[in-house]
Amino acid sequence: MTTAQTSRFDPATLRADFPILAHEVHRGVPLTYLDNAATTHAPRQVLDCIRETMERHYANVHRGIHALSEQSTELYENARGKLRQFFGAEHADEIIFTRGTTESINVVARSWGDANLQQGDEILLTEMEHHANLVPWFQAAERTGAKVRCVPITDDGELDMDEFAKMLSPKTKVVGVVAISNVLGTINPLETIVAAARKVGAIVVVDGAQQAPHQRVNLAELDVDFYAASGHKMLGPSGIGILYGKRGLLRDMPPFLGGGAMIRRVTTEGFEAAEPPARFEAGTPPIVAAIALGATVDYLAQINMDAVEEHERTLANLAQEKLLALGGIRVLGPTADKKVGIVSFVVDGVHAHDVAQRLDKHGVAVRAGHHCTMPLHKRLGVAASSRASFYVYNTVEDVDRLVAGVEETQKFFRRGK
Amino acid sequence: MNEEEIYREHVLDHYEDPFQKGECPGVTHAHQDDNPLCGDVVRMELRIDEDGKIADAWFDGTGCCISQASASMLTETIQGKTVDEAKEFAADHMLELFGARLTPNRQKCCLLSWRVLQTALFSPKDGEANGG
Repeated sequence: MTTAQTSRFDPATLRADFPILAHEVHRGVPLTYLDNAATTHAPRQVLDCIRETMERHYANVHRGIHALSEQSTELYENARGKLRQFFGAEHADEIIFTRGTTESINVVARSWGDANLQQGDEILLTEMEHHANLVPWFQAAERTGAKVRCVPITDDGELDMDEFAKMLSPKTKVVGVVAISNVLGTINPLETIVAAARKVGAIVVVDGAQQAPHQRVNLAELDVDFYAASGHKMLGPSGIGILYGKRGLLRDMPPFLGGGAMIRRVTTEGFEAAEPPARFEAGTPPIVAAIALGATVDYLAQINMDAVEEHERTLANLAQEKLLALGGIRVLGPTADKKVGIVSFVVDGVHAHDVAQRLDKHGVAVRAGHHCTMPLHKRLGVAASSRASFYVYNTVEDVDRLVAGVEETQKFFRRGK
Repeated sequence: MNEEEIYREHVLDHYEDPFQKGECPGVTHAHQDDNPLCGDVVRMELRIDEDGKIADAWFDGTGCCISQASASMLTETIQGKTVDEAKEFAADHMLELFGARLTPNRQKCCLLSWRVLQTALFSPKDGEANGG
């Protein structure tokens, strides 16, 4: 098996770090896990961190005077520091721990949105957004009277930047955009979008769920206002994610959830909110998951994010090429050079669920459905698609198993035709 | 461990060569619905006579093998039954009729036509001449 073509790291060696990959989901069939855009598996280093934290350092954070509480607090804040570094943020207090991308965007829509939006304002989103970057804004629009508009995509699955330029106006208060589409894999031109938004005074909220795991991100350079990401899509545990917000914006924002940790003082008359990031971390946070996310970004940084991107692009290109060579297959989205790590496809005459069900027999795990992007699927004119998404531990063999499985599926449903 | 085969012969037979797929002549009752999650669509058209019998049943739709094959099986089963019998045909009966064991996600595909039928029984087609 060839692995040399991919990169500076050897995925075959790396796989030894991931216990679940050695596990047979169906007896006698190796697991080919290609559902990484939905969630990813954790390496031993992250699993060890979880165990060690629970066994030796666990207590509530920011509360106690006792030794364990101090250790736990230090580890928790160290993790915040690691995330600051990984994402290239200027200050650690710009990193808020949340449950994930969805919660992060909801915090922005509730807190910043409710305080700043009003009738006549526009929220500019795109047709390729995940529901997580649509629904919170529809809700904010209902509360404030602002209006949501969606920038269309081109037939090639890229943002229609001419339309974006036309739709952007002084009325636009928020531009919400997905950095990398979870269906098309399209990499959106964030620099151009930020520069244009600045001119009309709109803030830019980026759904980074599919970018953070797969590309080097430098938030200070990108100059976005808010950025959301999920730990479980980047080799970490579920239930933890981050919201990055510019310090100046966060300091002016009211808290969203109220409770412990987010206050400076409470009286019987009312409360004073704490400074960020605590202001947005009400209640006991996912302590262990946050610490484990610190270990996760250590692991990714060690592999090197540029190498990660290169590896995934190579695999996705290969998969796209081989699937198209089968014939009777439509791959959604732009050409391989404009996307990363994701190949969504439709098999002529076979529903996506039947494709996924059939592939499962071969141990190949892909996602089937609309992938939380109903408007996008409507635009593409398909009810559902199958999606293969790659990560650091995938190999050329995985691509071969996918393609062989799809070929068998085609034959299976074409019997007698 | 892989369970029993979902795509059994009789499932594939119904999928590839469905029973009364199309428009029901003299339709008196009809309903259509979808599974927004996967985009499966099923429409049921019935001709119910004065005696409360389903004299004719047809279905139409698009979607996965499970949703379309089960719609075909259901259409064949209720053809000639009384409305009361069709109302008594419960979700469990539908899953039994399908045969292969389905995970909860795929059960939704299988039960789409059954849901549509249960509503169709109560949905007279307005403005439609009642043939009989």
